Amino acid sequence: MFEPVSYRRPDIALLRTLLLLAISTGLLNPVQASDHFRASREQMIRLIEANVRYTSEYLKQSTLDNRVLDAMARVPRHEFVPPALVDLAYKNRPLPIGHGQTISQPYIVAIMTDLLDIEPGHRVLEIGTGSGYQAAVLAELNARVWSIEIIKALGQQAQTRLQRLGYDNIDVRLGDGYYGWPEHAPFDTIIVTAAASHIPPPLLKQLKPGGKMIIPVGSRFWTQELILITRSDKDEFITRQLLPVRFVPLTGEH
Amino acid sequence: MVKNAQPRISIALISAAVLGYEILLMALFSLIQWHHFAYMVVSIALLGFGVSGSFLVLTRSVFETNFRNFAAVQACLFGISTLLCYALAQRLSFNPEELMWDNSHWLRLALVILLLALPFFFAANLVGLALIRFRESLARVYAADLFGAGIGAIGIIAILFLLPPAAALRFISFLGFAAAAILWIECGGRLRPVIIGLALAMLFLYAIPGSWTEPLISPYKGLSQLLRVPGTRVVAERFSPLGMISVVESKTIPLRYAPGLSLNSRTEPPPQLGLFTNADALSVITRYSGDLASLAYLDDLTSALPYHLPDHLEAPGRTLILGAGGGAGILQALYHDAEKIDAVEINPQVVDLVGNRFGEFSGGIFDNPRVSVHIAEARGFLQRDTGRYDLIQIPLLDSFATAAAGVHGLNENFLYTVEALQQAIKRLENQGYIALTRWIKLPPRDSLKLFASAIEALKVSGADNIERRLVLIRGWQTSTLLIKNGVISNAEIDAIKAFCARRSFDLAYYPDMPANEANRYNRLEASYFYDGARALLGARRDRFLQSYKFNLEPTTDDRPFHFHFMKWSSLAELIELRHRGGGAMLETGYLTLMVTLVLALLLSILLILLPLVFMRRDTSQTVKGSSIIKVLGYFFALGLGFLLMEIAFLQKFILLLHHPIYAASVVLGSFLVAAGAGSGYAQRFAGEPRSRKVTAIAVLVIIALGLVYLALLGPLMQLAGGWPLVARILLSIVLIAPLGFCMGMPFPLGLSALATGPPSLTPWAWGINGCASVISAVLATLLAIHFGFNAVILLALAAYFAAATSFPEFTPD
Repeated sequence: MFEPVSYRRPDIALLRTLLLLAISTGLLNPVQASDHFRASREQMIRLIEANVRYTSEYLKQSTLDNRVLDAMARVPRHEFVPPALVDLAYKNRPLPIGHGQTISQPYIVAIMTDLLDIEPGHRVLEIGTGSGYQAAVLAELNARVWSIEIIKALGQQAQTRLQRLGYDNIDVRLGDGYYGWPEHAPFDTIIVTAAASHIPPPLLKQLKPGGKMIIPVGSRFWTQELILITRSDKDEFITRQLLPVRFVPLTGEH
Repeated sequence: MVKNAQPRISIALISAAVLGYEILLMALFSLIQWHHFAYMVVSIALLGFGVSGSFLVLTRSVFETNFRNFAAVQACLFGISTLLCYALAQRLSFNPEELMWDNSHWLRLALVILLLALPFFFAANLVGLALIRFRESLARVYAADLFGAGIGAIGIIAILFLLPPAAALRFISFLGFAAAAILWIECGGRLRPVIIGLALAMLFLYAIPGSWTEPLISPYKGLSQLLRVPGTRVVAERFSPLGMISVVESKTIPLRYAPGLSLNSRTEPPPQLGLFTNADALSVITRYSGDLASLAYLDDLTSALPYHLPDHLEAPGRTLILGAGGGAGILQALYHDAEKIDAVEINPQVVDLVGNRFGEFSGGIFDNPRVSVHIAEARGFLQRDTGRYDLIQIPLLDSFATAAAGVHGLNENFLYTVEALQQAIKRLENQGYIALTRWIKLPPRDSLKLFASAIEALKVSGADNIERRLVLIRGWQTSTLLIKNGVISNAEIDAIKAFCARRSFDLAYYPDMPANEANRYNRLEASYFYDGARALLGARRDRFLQSYKFNLEPTTDDRPFHFHFMKWSSLAELIELRHRGGGAMLETGYLTLMVTLVLALLLSILLILLPLVFMRRDTSQTVKGSSIIKVLGYFFALGLGFLLMEIAFLQKFILLLHHPIYAASVVLGSFLVAAGAGSGYAQRFAGEPRSRKVTAIAVLVIIALGLVYLALLGPLMQLAGGWPLVARILLSIVLIAPLGFCMGMPFPLGLSALATGPPSLTPWAWGINGCASVISAVLATLLAIHFGFNAVILLALAAYFAAATSFPEFTPD
């Protein structure tokens, strides 16, 4: 097994070195550096908005819930990517985070979070913590998050990171996500980001009536579709299969 | 030793090593990356040949006088670079999936190709210079080159049965050094440097750490992903030309592989072992103790549908499973009380692992008196078999991730073609079913294309009421298509509805299905599957196929690309949408093929035209522009024709030899050895005025044979399909040899005709030929996707015709 090598692009690397140099020599202060990230973050949000407007027809909504965008505007995404990729953190693209895993494309995170209709106080279970970014976005929406990660190194990193950033409404546990987290069940929302060959029956049981489960399907770098499962009050599971993209009409006929 | 003796043994040896290296690279890159990528890297790396031509144009005069030293150094460099360049290339962490996200991966890709091209370059330098140095008998040199290549094609397959790929790479590296040693002696060198050289070579081979050449598998492949889970380890590993098989045990966190499982299922799979082919395409060995209840989950998959149909319930008869893998299909049949189960598996190592090594774990399912296992390729089995079945199951064998990323776009598949389905229908009992399970792709592609192929297969089988013989159901993850040898009854329709309702599967098609029953549980924006199935069966079929954004045309043996869905008309839109969630719809395999072709064309132009500029300056003899164009046309057409023919035949003969590996070694081997013989024979005409006429005759025979084969290969393969393997191999050799023999003649005859022209023309022609080979390797696949393999053969014949009309001639000014 091998670790991904540095993905830094030379031009950006140079800029970054200059930036660090500027900070260390007092030319720029760290506040300005954080402003730099804030500006890129806002740029990212605007890009997501534009993309969603484009996709809206398919998702049956013209804009995202502002709360989701606000939450994403508060999460320092650059803290969730490997140091070598900090410069790419606010690009609208997935990034490798090691261990064969990725941090999702911001656009997909926004759509997924929006589809879940998170309310303050919602209990959310996440299978596959990864970098912890999705959990942080949910936490910014004042949800209570329980997250399970199977890869030890990733889980530990995410735990430390989330603590350091002050997210005290997220619990991360290492281990098998198949049986969910029965002690804290039932959940309003369950997100299954870890690749699963099928949807574990025990997880469905831990979903509240009226609750929603979302599963992005595809490869690590390309999300093919989003599976949104709703547990009806009559205890039925209704699945919606959504393309995260505007691609209609399918037959090119109007 | 005579100083002028041609080093034919060493040339044959280095050519064998080059071909072995090429096939080995494909195997290695299929393992560490994905198949389509392997294909592309190797085609471009062949550019090493083209570059060598230019290099020799520039350096010929220096090296020709010192042939022995130069050639021996090239052979050694080949030996060194095969190992080192591969080790470096696989460390570049290139990830094809990131090409569309990150430009730095294009740079990595270019570096990978450059590194892998180096060994080809060195080997081509050796052969190219030998062709110049021994121009008076160059046909013999060329014959040795082709003969060696043929032996290499066969030899590497044998080696891959014996050695793991990393060890095979070392062996090929060693062949490079051995070729250098033999060359030295053949050219009259003394023994002492040979001994010292070989000792140094052994030291080199010994000093390169094993970890450098051990395949570094992409972290995004299934095997790597599973091995990240605590408590997992590889418990068995096997190698063969069919790929690497790994069995993974997961101690702490059980592997639970049940794709397509119903959301209503309350059962959990029993403990499983992961069975990977080339670090992907997961299949599982499920623990079975004879307790059928533990297998209940297999009843909650879409593929369980045929077992619930009334006819089958009453008399669960003979079931054929095409693709046994880890045995899940067999267990499913056993769970449903199938009377007799025939399971076909292509890879004997898989059968051995599941049946013997993990026989206790798998409950000895292969020894079950109701189960018979056949080691065979599925299509070949269908062709040979005479049994009749109540059910033929064609299960999922590829992994979802690769299916989703469109990397299979270039893979030929002879199991989903109209002809294959037609053969399967013939093997059905009256009222029997074929069940085909596929991954759901959104927007719908795979399942609907198969539906279209099934309609076509029923049509050519002469079935009536086609719309009453098909059923399509889907979950969120998989779809299952039923083709019935008979009309589906109302009782069956009721059973199908009940089966789906209990499992929340959607009905996508059954005879007379009302629209409001579609799209209920797994809701899509519209009833795409239902609408598509109806359109394909109705009068709107052609308009639907034309206007649908993906290619759903039925696949045939001539164009067996089931997984190619891309339409040019949708490409621009998809590229535009790639960062807005549309990237997963792009077909990476096809796109890399396009990029490869463009790259190969550009580089070829650069490589062919650049030396020309130097040649003008360098030559003492003025050459007419028309002569130059003739040389260019002749050698380009030959390179194109030879490879197009070879690749088309390779694909065609998979149907006769039933196995891509046999096909590769038999077809490549026969072509190259026969061409070697042809080239040797051509020596007697070399440089003579009649060589032009001989070439024309050879081309005439090629065209005649090609046309005859186009007409007769299909029926002949049908006829011989049931013959024993040895007979089928012999038939292949008999068919290919005369064609290959003639194809070996024009190249050396053309080269010998250059002898009267300026000396730098020979390496230039060698380079042109190399570039044309690269282009044709890519072009063959592209043409086959769009026009079929018959068209590739026709184009090859046209190329030979074009060559015959531009035989190079030099008349002094």
